[in-house]
Amino acid sequence: MILARRDFLARTGGIVVAFAIPAAAFAQTSPTKPAGPSVPETNPLGGSAPSNVDAWLALDRNGIVTVRFGKVELGTGIATAISQIVADELDVPVTSVKVSEADTSDTPDQGYTAGSASLSAGAIPVRQAAAEARLAVLDLAATHFGVSTDQLTTADGAVTVRGDNRRATYAQLVDGQTLHRSIAAATKVKDPDNYRVVGKSIPRVDLPGKVYGSFPYLQNMRMPGMLHGRVIRPSPVGATLVSVDEKSIAGLPGVRIVKRDAFLGVVAPSEWTAIQAMRRLKVTWTGGGLEPVTDIAQAVRSVPMISERAVVNTGDVSTLGKDALSATYVWPYQTHGSIGPSCGIADVRNGKATIWSSTQGIFFLRSAIATLLALPNSAVRVRYAEGSGCYGHNGSDDAAADAALLSQAVGAPVRVQWMREQEHGWDPKGPAMVLSHSAALDAAGQRIATWRSDVWSPSHSTRPQGDVGNLLAGKLINVPAAKIAFVGGDRDAKVNYQIPNYRVTMHNLRDGFLHSSAMRGLGGTQNTFANESFMDELAAAAKADPLAFRRAHLANDARALDLLAALAKLGAWQARPAAANIDPSPGTARGRGLSFVRYENTEAYVACIADVLVDRKTGNVRVEKLAIAHDCGLIVNPNGLRNQIEGNAIQATSRTLKESVAFNTSGVTSLDWHSYPIVRFSEVPDVQIVLIDRPHEPILGAGEATTTVIAPAIGNAIHDATGIRLREVPFTANRVAAALRSV
Amino acid sequence: MRITVNGKAHDVRATPETPLLYVLRDELELDGPKFGCGLAQCGACTVIVKGRAVRSCVLPVASVDSPVTTVEGLGTPAHPHPVQRAFIAEQAAQCGYCTSGMVVAAAALLEQHHAPTDAQIHQALEGNLCRCGSHLRITRAVRRAAGESA
Repeated sequence: MILARRDFLARTGGIVVAFAIPAAAFAQTSPTKPAGPSVPETNPLGGSAPSNVDAWLALDRNGIVTVRFGKVELGTGIATAISQIVADELDVPVTSVKVSEADTSDTPDQGYTAGSASLSAGAIPVRQAAAEARLAVLDLAATHFGVSTDQLTTADGAVTVRGDNRRATYAQLVDGQTLHRSIAAATKVKDPDNYRVVGKSIPRVDLPGKVYGSFPYLQNMRMPGMLHGRVIRPSPVGATLVSVDEKSIAGLPGVRIVKRDAFLGVVAPSEWTAIQAMRRLKVTWTGGGLEPVTDIAQAVRSVPMISERAVVNTGDVSTLGKDALSATYVWPYQTHGSIGPSCGIADVRNGKATIWSSTQGIFFLRSAIATLLALPNSAVRVRYAEGSGCYGHNGSDDAAADAALLSQAVGAPVRVQWMREQEHGWDPKGPAMVLSHSAALDAAGQRIATWRSDVWSPSHSTRPQGDVGNLLAGKLINVPAAKIAFVGGDRDAKVNYQIPNYRVTMHNLRDGFLHSSAMRGLGGTQNTFANESFMDELAAAAKADPLAFRRAHLANDARALDLLAALAKLGAWQARPAAANIDPSPGTARGRGLSFVRYENTEAYVACIADVLVDRKTGNVRVEKLAIAHDCGLIVNPNGLRNQIEGNAIQATSRTLKESVAFNTSGVTSLDWHSYPIVRFSEVPDVQIVLIDRPHEPILGAGEATTTVIAPAIGNAIHDATGIRLREVPFTANRVAAALRSV
Repeated sequence: MRITVNGKAHDVRATPETPLLYVLRDELELDGPKFGCGLAQCGACTVIVKGRAVRSCVLPVASVDSPVTTVEGLGTPAHPHPVQRAFIAEQAAQCGYCTSGMVVAAAALLEQHHAPTDAQIHQALEGNLCRCGSHLRITRAVRRAAGESA
């Protein structure tokens, strides 16, 4: 990395500023660590990363600023936002800032790009580095013009001497010079009031390529001599390979079969030939299979528990009284459902490997693949290339490992793309969870006196963490899965409401029926569904307006109250208890529901009002509108932020209304878009957003928070419309119709 | 076999049953059409044949008897198609993997309906899936393109 930095300067000359980002800042866990007593806690994003990670910013002789940042672009606009921050602090045009792609050979190891942390954790040191570079430019200019730095001003990539017409561009000033700087603790950054680029809706730098069809997705990469691979997965899940009938593909030219324990693949000169070989190859498997499941809620709780932990335990929760309310909520397994199936490209030859992947963590993947290939870490290079949308730990790491094994076997570069049924069948799933709540109101029946929660969840991160046993290919060659830390099941298990007697117990389960890992929002999605639905049930018991009821429990949090006020205005909220205006006539019932979260208890504030129409006959739920109030501190790019919020809202509507992975004893059976439907254009709600900009507050992540408030807002709106309470996602027409019939 | 793509004739080596998508991507090296499902369920592979949006992932190349237009043939940064210009103006994408299929399907719609209603836009794009949730922006972009080309 240091070498790479020197290389960079040797090529270009210029100013380089080294900076460090605390690895802990990239942790995907909430600040309250969910360590179970029997499993050692590790930093789920940082792994064995050092306490500080090395990054740098360079201003070269052409005036171009390069940021080696280590985070990857997942289609969320991070590169654009970082460019804006640097442009403002360094006074250069935003178009002259380049954020580099991650590559293990020259990028700092910053752990995983996840947990909405890219901007919130990365912005501060990047901003300081840019400020330091500007000071370095000013020093050069002071010497150049023979004046003191306080006589100089900077703008648009140039330095001007106050009071006369002398001016020099940064490029002219750094030409031929090579300067190393590091950030002083006191490096002063600009007052946010002076930002000119931050806070503006700068267009995304990656969109033109995506619109003209020229964007260099991983899936589009080609290299000389590249062959095409496809994998064939055990059927049923967990089966061992008995035999392969090579004659079954005799008619296909140039196909090679790669076998290693239960790992099976084909490699062919053309992609279509590889696909045909994958489909035609006769394979005999034996054993394997899953336990039969009839009731997902019961199944989740039947998984062996590894540890138990109190997330919060205050006051006395031992007695609830006879009027206590109890409810159990269920969330199913869900799939990431990227439109482009996972892809990996590997070139493993002569004791060296280069891997191209859309992984969220290039360094962890490198270690895992090095073990898989029996090569030293130093012989493996992992290069990031953007793929289809990434909403968590999808199949990217596994596809890279598939390509690596195939390439090693055939001694040529191999590109693997999973088929649709493999993506739906084998990506790590968003975990199913069960959440039970009991609570009692105070003597006046107005406020929550006591609340007890029990949350059952596997870990929401089974990322490779450098361990080959956590890769699908590793499992197939019988490497035992490495121990994993419990992550994410407790995310937002605790609410931010003021409750005098409050206990949340986390039941940490082994990885369950379907292999699962991080999916947008982690347990925050499931927990907020349960918490905010239950909050509505409690408000109804108190005969209170749902907004006023929440407000009464947030009296100490001015930002939360501001947010709720802004939401009430946007959504034209009229105070009344829920389900007070039920129209009993057949046909369509209309309702509105509310939800609130402070994501991860300390991150972005989001609240939502959903307006729904429920067809009483069919049970079909139409979400007409989602009104969303959002406060994530300083806003870098309002349009990019709105894009993220809209995307979260629409994707979460889909997860709420439609999505549940179906499986039987052989494995996943919802293997295409008909059996695992997602929302289509005609089903998408209108999304209205009010952004609360707080320029003097830290940037908080926006990649996930909105996802968590959608399901409860919709469920609460269905309750308001019909009086029925749905406690299990998805709210399919069949489920809603059945609930309506039962009242 | 000879097919015409974006105004240029190509002799292709692929076997007749090969879906057009693999010929476009792997032989002609056109990166716009994407593999999404291979089942004509998601629209990432959409191209225009005879003025209609078709799924190239299930169309045998031997059955292609008319010129094919991919997103690359619609426009370029120097000469953008109105739909492409509108997608950028509305910032109507996130990951963008579905985008070329959306752009192509929208362009085919505007050939048929110069001023489509929202319902017609939804109907035309109903078979094109987007997972990032850019639907509202895409609908706005198609409306904008219709307005600009009118």
